[in-house]
Amino acid sequence: MTATLNDATTTTVPGLAVGAGRRGHLNLTFLRIELRRLLRNRRTVIFTLIMPPMFFLIFGTAGQYRTTSAGHGNVTAYVMISMALYGAMLATTSGGAMVSVERAQGWSRQLRLTPLRPSVYIAIKVAVAMVLGLASVVVVYLVGLVEGAHADGTVWWVTGLTAWLGSIVFAAFGLFMGYLLPAENVMQILGPVLAVLSFAGGLFVPLGDGVFATIGKVTPLYGLAELVRAPLVGDGVTVTSVVNVVLWAAVFGAGAVWRFRRDTARV
Amino acid sequence: MTTTVPTATRSTTTARAIDLRGLTKSFGSTRAVDGLDLQVEAGEVLAFLGPNGAGKTTTIDLLLGFARPDSGTVSIFGLAPRDAIAAGKVSAVLQTGGLLKDLTVAETVLLTASLFATSRPVDEVLERAGIAAIRDRRVGSCSGGEQQRLRFALALLPDPDLLVLDEPTTGMDVEGRREFWSAIRADAARGRTIVFATHYLEEADAYADRVVLVRHGRVVADGSSAQIKNLAAGRVVSARLPGARPEQLAAVPGVDRAEVRGDRVLLQTGDSDAVARYLLTATAASDLEIGGLGLEDAFIALTSDRPVGDPLTEASASGPTDRTTATTTAGSNR
Repeated sequence: MTATLNDATTTTVPGLAVGAGRRGHLNLTFLRIELRRLLRNRRTVIFTLIMPPMFFLIFGTAGQYRTTSAGHGNVTAYVMISMALYGAMLATTSGGAMVSVERAQGWSRQLRLTPLRPSVYIAIKVAVAMVLGLASVVVVYLVGLVEGAHADGTVWWVTGLTAWLGSIVFAAFGLFMGYLLPAENVMQILGPVLAVLSFAGGLFVPLGDGVFATIGKVTPLYGLAELVRAPLVGDGVTVTSVVNVVLWAAVFGAGAVWRFRRDTARV
Repeated sequence: MTTTVPTATRSTTTARAIDLRGLTKSFGSTRAVDGLDLQVEAGEVLAFLGPNGAGKTTTIDLLLGFARPDSGTVSIFGLAPRDAIAAGKVSAVLQTGGLLKDLTVAETVLLTASLFATSRPVDEVLERAGIAAIRDRRVGSCSGGEQQRLRFALALLPDPDLLVLDEPTTGMDVEGRREFWSAIRADAARGRTIVFATHYLEEADAYADRVVLVRHGRVVADGSSAQIKNLAAGRVVSARLPGARPEQLAAVPGVDRAEVRGDRVLLQTGDSDAVARYLLTATAASDLEIGGLGLEDAFIALTSDRPVGDPLTEASASGPTDRTTATTTAGSNR
């Protein structure tokens, strides 16, 4: 019977039209259910889809901001971009950190009873994180559009895309921490850490000069924030910010791979 | 749109369902599995019986490829564990954990189904596991028994030739346990090979064709449940016999197991009269006692960390108990 099943290419299972393809590979059913699950988590929704646009409204729409230029747009747009990156960063970190909960609940053990490959599992986690990150960017930009953010047309697209794609660095960070920390809800630890990093990286308030600014420039959000806002500010891309992003991406990526390897070796 | 997959032509596989050879696995200085050999033919329903800490779960982890053995080999229908799982030939119901609380029952099954190249329909496995009625319930609000039946539903998805159950009824109430086993029994009737670990004697007795007893990571007995009962039933003759050697005593006719503890020897036997007679006439043994082993006691004795004969010493140490074990002095036994 099993032989029949395995050979059968025509076996259609109701409700499984999408998933039933090559076994153990990325499939839309998995992605869809994972997303639904993430959105069911009220904390995640508040932190990634409600708080960033709220912060934008609080920090970015003061009267003179709408009329003050920040290069190829107004200061409101500047704050909008920062908050979009903030949201995307929170979203991707949460998405990556989901591995922690799943390991704690023993779900990864259950998944080992399926053909799912560990690398595909990670790919799904990153994909889910990135979809949520995109949603976060879009929400902030829509609110910005309504609430008086002005920028050249291309600036919207380029900054939005950079914020979204750049946040993959934090998906790696989330994975790394998710594997590293044994906590059932790792985001309770990471939330405050990310807030501090956001301040240090100049996401909430400009860094200015001084000791804190110097320290801030080596923190992981600084480079990304500078890169993402560069098209608006129009000063061009600095070497410092590129080096910052590349180095932190390498650190988080290597950390995630390292912990992931250990995790699968331990089986 | 559903292609009906023919059932009942399961016997196409010629390789053994399970072939474990010389398995060892240590955690630090603890040897969890210590040279375990086990061969299971396709179609068998086998109980893996032993107390907690006997190495059952570790053996199952090795069998499923969740852990790598320090030495020895594992093969499932001739395949390595990972390949057997990928091919949908083996599935398992693991102990606690393993489910996402924030998914519904149906979502959990749907998600797992999506990972297999082909799987049984979601509705069918929900039905067979008896959880179709709670399909939209969050896993977090399901009872332990319901979660266990969900794990069973997941295990049915690839329609495996071999189903491994690790203490499947732990934490279930009597009703849940009965329903779970009736689902498993119905499944076994279709010819699936089933291996379940348990520390409940009555479960092994009621549901298995073959019982394998494990103790200290080794197989200590292997046979039908009737054979195991015969093996375990018996008596323990103990006596004071300074300087005795176990291998000598084991050679005494009628002695199944022999043990020396200080000046006392403990001999497990099916013929306590003969052994007692031998000890009193052919050796310098004195202070002889004969203890009967209840079935439950015998199982405990066979599989637990306590050496055989402990029920006896325990009984004499703790004075009168309500157990049926009789401790009598020589000459007045039977």
